[in-house]
This record gives sequence, structure tokens and C-alpha cells, in this order.
Amino acid sequence: MRIFVCVKAVPDTAARIKVKDGATIDPSGVKFVLGPYDARAVAKAIALKEAAGDGAEVVAVSAGGTKGERDANKRLKDALALGADRGILIPDEASENRDPLEVAKALAAAIKAEGDYSLVLLGRTAVDDQAMSVGPMLGALLGAPCVTDAVGLEVAGGKATVTRAAEGRQQTVELTLPAVVTGQRDLAEEKYPKLKDILKAGKKPMATFDYAWTDGGYTVTALEPPPEPVAGKIVGEGPDAVPELFNLLQNEAKKLSF
Amino acid sequence: MSEFVGADFFELDELLSDEERAVRDSAREWVDRELIDSRLIEEHHRAGTFPRELATQVGEMGYLGPTLPEEYGCAGLNQVGYGLIMQELERGDSGLRSFCSVQGSLCMYPIFAFGSDEQKNRYLPGMAKGEIIGCFGLSEPDHGSDPSGMETKATPDGDGWILNGTKRWITNGSIADIAIVWAKTPDGIRGFIVPTDAPGFSAPLIPGKFSLRASVTSELIMEDVKVGPEALLPETTGLKNALMCLSNARYGIAWGVVGSAMAVFDEALRYLQSRTQFDKPLASFQLVQRKLVHMHTELTKAQLVAHRLGRLKDAGKAKHYHVSFAKRNNCWAAREIAKLGRELLGANGVCDEYQVMRHLMNIESVYTYEGTHEIHTLVLGEHLTGFPAYRG
Repeated sequence: MRIFVCVKAVPDTAARIKVKDGATIDPSGVKFVLGPYDARAVAKAIALKEAAGDGAEVVAVSAGGTKGERDANKRLKDALALGADRGILIPDEASENRDPLEVAKALAAAIKAEGDYSLVLLGRTAVDDQAMSVGPMLGALLGAPCVTDAVGLEVAGGKATVTRAAEGRQQTVELTLPAVVTGQRDLAEEKYPKLKDILKAGKKPMATFDYAWTDGGYTVTALEPPPEPVAGKIVGEGPDAVPELFNLLQNEAKKLSF
Repeated sequence: MSEFVGADFFELDELLSDEERAVRDSAREWVDRELIDSRLIEEHHRAGTFPRELATQVGEMGYLGPTLPEEYGCAGLNQVGYGLIMQELERGDSGLRSFCSVQGSLCMYPIFAFGSDEQKNRYLPGMAKGEIIGCFGLSEPDHGSDPSGMETKATPDGDGWILNGTKRWITNGSIADIAIVWAKTPDGIRGFIVPTDAPGFSAPLIPGKFSLRASVTSELIMEDVKVGPEALLPETTGLKNALMCLSNARYGIAWGVVGSAMAVFDEALRYLQSRTQFDKPLASFQLVQRKLVHMHTELTKAQLVAHRLGRLKDAGKAKHYHVSFAKRNNCWAAREIAKLGRELLGANGVCDEYQVMRHLMNIESVYTYEGTHEIHTLVLGEHLTGFPAYRG
């Protein structure tokens, strides 16, 4: 069994993001990390590999820059430290704001070049642009069934059984392998890379897959921080304030209706 | 992801390898989740108990004796990587870092450096996993800074030994499976691996500590404890062997206290930026900024010292006086920073909702143990002048 896991270097969610030139993130002083959903997908891939036994392989793939903090090599190393067996880098020095369809095409090309596989796992979204598109597009490009937002995944007899979070309910879907699955946080427990695995990661094989990037149909024209929250209003204190509060909620904010 | 932002004024991160950064980041994440966010450390600090379940967890993460070779189940990590782990552990709590220092530098290291192959194979893999816990018995009730005056004796008995004496201020003592005990023999001071279940051996807890509350500190009492010849660490020939262990542990302390200072500084800065008095953020007041800048300056200097010492140690060029400099300076700095951090947090600074008071209480021990500030001053004094002032 071969499992591909697609990972992306994203800014740490605790980082204070500043916008540069109107449409890009200013990377200076921003720490980049392995996407948190991607990390769970890696952990799930390792668990499936361990359950499958000998001969199973987990391959981490990342399309991205190779310089500075945004270096995708480092995030592939993170995936290797979590237990992936080898890494494939698809260099893209203009990775920021890259059309998700282009990213999906590059990943599909790299995966096809490797031959057979059972599963491709991805995080449900990258926490930077939150496009949530690459997984399903990759499924279409590979001609493989795709399920998003998995919280559970079992593999047996050439099939994958996926439990997915769907609007407060859970849906169970059966897929014929090979398949593409994007995962929620709950897909796997969080793993910390252990010291020995970090040191071992430096010795695991890393390959490069070159892809001829083209500008896709998707262009980011502006990147802005969310609007500042509007200041609150204190309408009074105690029970006497309730009628006015109702009035404002109903007539001004229009959040209540009877 | 953690809220914590590690101060790095002089961009020391640039001087770390990708691997060293990955080791640091992984330890940082582990400490955030398992120790700080879970509030596990507050619970144990309040209760005055060691989070015993962490012993095997830190073993699994690889934080026990990480610089020792892979053949004993360790990672063969370099010294800077090790220092960064100590920094992150102590950012969580000095008690946990102390546990790891004692296990790694004071117990696993002497078995590795002065033990027989049989001793190494018997103890090191289990100690790396945290399944066998060690403690280090050098200090005595009446002999702290002057260990050469020790009263503990090992008397030859057939092909084995009989040990008598009392050790005090022993981290991990009451939870240890083995004790590395230093004792006077007819051939000078030598080290022994003493099983703590040996008849005549007891390790009562020292109660009432205001510091390192999440760490076990004990007395070791040995009354006619019989051990076989296999207990002796064969390559130990004098007090210098014990001091070599301490030098390694002090190296880890010099990094560890940087972590404590980073935690305190980060907490203080956040607090001062968010709390308003007289209609202005506290951080905008001159008297507050003065304290903050002092804390930040001392923190940055301590980071530079730890980093340079680590690189020297990896190059095999660190001398005992370099370690004394770093232990002395960095513990002093961390104590100063914790004291000012406590002041800056006002009344909130004395409650365990914030970390600073716990760090301040802990640093009082760390300032004093493993060579007091004064002893390290005299080590450096001897290095500069050639006169060993502590030798009368």
C-alpha cells in the first residue's frame, strides 16, 4: 500500500500577519509551519501504514518555495519526522496565491509519475488561503473518488470507509481505492515529532519533481485584514435595561424576530 | 498553536540548523500542550507533586540522555540541540527540566562515562525510556559547596561494599530506582550504582519546599547498605568524576533558565500591552519600559552566552570555567527577570493563574543548586587570578 500525503507550508496561526503590496503576506518575522490539518493527515497515513504492515509506504508531497521561511523542504522534513518514508518537492518559487487548480495539476502529475497508489490524503484546507479546493480537484484530475472533511478513515479489502462531518451530523461513505480523502482535525490524534525521528528525517530520501507552472485563471487582487469589530454599546444596567435591549436587537440589529 | 513568542532579538534562530530548530519547535509544542495548556504543571505545583506520568513521556520524546549514542536507545543529539530541549522544558517548569537533567547528565552520563559495558547495557536503555529512574547523591547535610568533605563511606566487604551515610537535596530521590552515590573508599571518592530497594536504604521526602514544588527532593539515608562488586562504577577515581557530571548538568541549566526567562518575559510583555491603567496601556509608562528593557537585555545576553557555550561544547572546546560563567550569569539573569516580571504583573503576579511566581520560586533553587552563584564566582576568580579562594 502506498499513501501520498500532500502538505503545505503555512504561516503559524498564532503569527501576526501583515499584508505587503496589497496582495501578499509579508513573510518577515512570520513563522511557517506544516499545515495543522496536513499534520493530522500525515498522522493518519502513518497509522494506516502501521496497520497495513510491511511494504506499506507513506510519501509526503509538497508544492512550494525553496527559500527562506516559506521553504517547503522544511515542511516535508516535518512530515518525515512524523514518520513519512520519503518526500517529493515540487519547486514553485511563486507559490503564494498560486491558482489551486494549478497546484492540483502539479500534485496529480507528481503522483502519476510515481505509479500505483492506494490513497491520497490532504488536510481539509490550508489555513492561509482557506481555499479548500485542491483535494477535490486532485480527485478529479486523478480520476479517483474524493471525500472531504473526513473524521474517520478505515481501509480494508480495496475499499476505504470514510466518516465525514456534515453539518452537525456524520455521514459514512464507502470508496473504491484508489481514492482521495481530505481530513478534519479529528481524523487523527496530534503527534509530536520525537527526537530520534527528527534526526532520522534528515537521512530519509527527498526527490524533486519539476512542473512547468503556468498562471491559472485565479488571481488574488487584494488581501485585507478583516474589518475591526464595531465597539459595543451599553444600554443600561439590570432588569430596567431589558426593554431597550430587546428594542435594539429587534429593530436596529434585526437579530430577533417574533 | 501556542501563543508563546520566543524573544530572539539578535536573530539567533538564523544560527541554528534546520534540525536544531525542528528539535526546539517540537519540544516547544510538546511543553505547550502537555504541560502549560493542560494546566498540568499548576496542578502539580499546587499539590507539591511530580507528574510521574511524564517520566515515560519525556523518555518517548527522547529527552532523557539525548546526547548519548543510539546503541543505548538515545539519540546522539548535539549539545546545542540538547540545550534547546532544556530551554523548552524549563520554559514549562524548572522541576521537569531538573528531572531530565538529573536523569540524563547526573545518572545516565556517569554510567556511560565511568561504567562497565555490563552496567551500560543493563541501565541505559531503560533509563532513556524513563522506565528506570535515577538520582544523584553527592551533597550531604553538612557538605554542600564543599563535597570533598563528605562523610559517606564505602567500606570494602568481601568482593562488595558496605555503604553508610546521608545525602541531602537529592532530586528524584524518593521516586528513583537507582542512586548514583559518591562515597569515600580507602582509594578516594568513587561512584556506586545503588539499587534503592537495597536493605538499609531509605529516601524520605524533604517536605515544605517553596521552590521546585513539581519536583521530588529527598534525603538518602544509607545504614549498612550492602552492594556487590557490580555496583562500583569502575572508572571513577575521585571527586573529579562527580564534578564532570555536574559540569554537564550545569551546561543544561545555563540553557534551561533561558527558557524560564523567556516564559516570564513573554508573559509580562503581553500583560503590559493589554492592561490599562490611567487610561493608557501599562506598557506605555516609562517606569514599566525601563524594567522591560532591562529584562529583555539580560535575556538576550543570556541567550547569546548559552548559544556560544553550546557551539564551544560541540567543538570540544568548552572548559569548566565557561560552564561556570554561563550557569552563574544565566541563573542570575533569570532570577532578575523573574523578580521584575513579578513586579510588573502587580497583584496578579502572585497568583498561579500567571506563571511568573512559579518561575520566581523555582529559580531560587536553580540559583543555588549545582554550584551556588558564589562558588561559580570563585571558580571564575581562580581562572582569572590563579588563586583558588575556596581552598582556604
